[in-house]
Amino acid sequence: MTGPRLDVVRDATGIVLRPGGSWDIEVATPAGSDAEAAIATLGRGDTLRYDTSELSAWDSGFLALLLRLEEAAAAREVEVDRSGLPDGARRLLALAESVPAREDARRDSGQAPMLDRVGKSTIAVATNAGESVEFLGETTQAVSRFLTGRGSYRKRDLWLLVQQAGAGALPIVSLVTFLLGAILAFVGAVQLQQFGATIYVANLVAVAMERDMGALMTGIVMAGRSGAAYAAQLGSMKVNQETDALVTLGISPVDFLVVPRVIALSSMMPLLTLYSVLMGIAGGALVAVAMLDLSLTTYWNQTVDALSMAGLMGGLFKAFVYGILISVAGCWQGMRCGGSASAVGDAATAAVVSSIVAIISAAGVFAWVFYMLGI
Amino acid sequence: MTNLCNAPTIPAGEQPHIEVRGLTMAFGDFVLQRNLDFAIPRGSIFVIMGGSGCGKSTLLRHILGLLNPATGSILLDGEDITDIDPEYRQTLMRKFGVLYQSGALWSSMTLAENVSLPLEEYTDLSAKEIRDISTLKLAMVGLRGFEDYYPSEVSGGMQKRAGLARAIALDPEILCIDEPSAGLDPISSKRLDELILELRDSLGTTVVMVTHELPSIYSIGTDSIFLDAETRTMIASGPPTWIRDSCDDPTVHQFMTRGEAPHGK
Repeated sequence: MTGPRLDVVRDATGIVLRPGGSWDIEVATPAGSDAEAAIATLGRGDTLRYDTSELSAWDSGFLALLLRLEEAAAAREVEVDRSGLPDGARRLLALAESVPAREDARRDSGQAPMLDRVGKSTIAVATNAGESVEFLGETTQAVSRFLTGRGSYRKRDLWLLVQQAGAGALPIVSLVTFLLGAILAFVGAVQLQQFGATIYVANLVAVAMERDMGALMTGIVMAGRSGAAYAAQLGSMKVNQETDALVTLGISPVDFLVVPRVIALSSMMPLLTLYSVLMGIAGGALVAVAMLDLSLTTYWNQTVDALSMAGLMGGLFKAFVYGILISVAGCWQGMRCGGSASAVGDAATAAVVSSIVAIISAAGVFAWVFYMLGI
Repeated sequence: MTNLCNAPTIPAGEQPHIEVRGLTMAFGDFVLQRNLDFAIPRGSIFVIMGGSGCGKSTLLRHILGLLNPATGSILLDGEDITDIDPEYRQTLMRKFGVLYQSGALWSSMTLAENVSLPLEEYTDLSAKEIRDISTLKLAMVGLRGFEDYYPSEVSGGMQKRAGLARAIALDPEILCIDEPSAGLDPISSKRLDELILELRDSLGTTVVMVTHELPSIYSIGTDSIFLDAETRTMIASGPPTWIRDSCDDPTVHQFMTRGEAPHGK
């Protein structure tokens, strides 16, 4: 068996393409550049013919190449004579051409110019911002309906979400914040030992956890855990037309799906944070007792001295805000999800990214505001 | 636009249940269908026909108010519903029951809960009465005993029937059905047709159905329009059998006869 080849023979009325050998889908097809070059020299009145006497087998790659060459020929008004082709190939080519392409349905697959892309993404950013503000407004209205008892939701759904966002998150939050407390203690110990002030490790851990790190770490864990889950749940409901089914029943999907999630997460976040502060202190205590030769009582007394009600309340307030940010970002990404399975994945990714960006930015703003207020 | 294939089906003076006037549907610059003008008589089984991708389901979504028309208007009982207050629209939506192509059951609820939700939302019935009604509606579609199954635990055909039970939970005036027979075997599909006919006859429901299933079009369709993907508008309207026998447009004829050679009548 010989490999595929495509010879070009010129004659008085145009060119003859002489494909030869065995064309197999697993063997690379000839590029056909000589044939293209030859066609480019033709013009009106010339003819493109085929001679397939040396062709032993052909495949789809063969047809695709012919179709491309014939299109080039047609563009130069060269006549194409298919009588030399095998019967099957002729029929398949006719089949491919039987329905003309819907001109305006064809998408431009080429790379758009730089300026065009910059413009489009700028417009997309602006539309996104507008849409997110709109969604936030809708959610706020829906939450006020919920608080006045006029929202439509199922109590069982709400309790299930509360369980998932609360008790269900305890193991991962425990692990992360316990280790965070231990890490803070290590970092602090190395510095404070230089002054012989290792006891202040307790202050460092307690203050950092209650004011910022507890809420922030819990927020990041919940963004990955609940934010992504919300986006995926709402996204797949959208793909499956379940949200449409709610709308046509006159039930607002924001009332029914978004509000219970926002309420569940924003009410559970402060509780989880309170718990994470305890876990962080426990982690710090372990390091202090095991590595720094401090007694548990000393560490505990020092911690109690360091904690302040204002600081703790500040931390819990931050956690509440992070809870709103994560759940709204997750639900928004889910509600604007496209219509395919991959769109659900994209929505989950976008939910995690945007909620982490949102809580980190909010943490920055809080740090500045709390500093100015002297809390 | 040729008027050759349009048979008026509404007697003069009678108000159609739903009327579509000069509707153009578009996604951005891509026009899907333009200048749609038709009326859906009360109590009819109205079929929206056409090849794949011509905008049948999109038209249904416009009628349901899930999409906004590029131009034109849609009238329900003579009242324009295209640009109205969202809260008012919600009250109007109660008149519609919808069966989606995939069933679109809420996956976190059992079949009985799916059927119950509309009842819980819009009626003051007790929990027991709601349970009884949802059991009845499920029994009507042949799903007695499956009340406590989740949608993922039953077959596609059963999901579809449960979706129909949910769509008729509130005894709607208008039942919109997207591809009723998609994914159903011929016998279930025929049963579904009979069920739709039964509902129309007993409740007087107007049925708007998107389908290209010829047997069900001929057996239950009383009125129809044909959307063409090529010219992007409706090229025939009237009772399906009338269109089959009297319409000479080759596209319509091919569709209505599954591509048989032009008829000699």
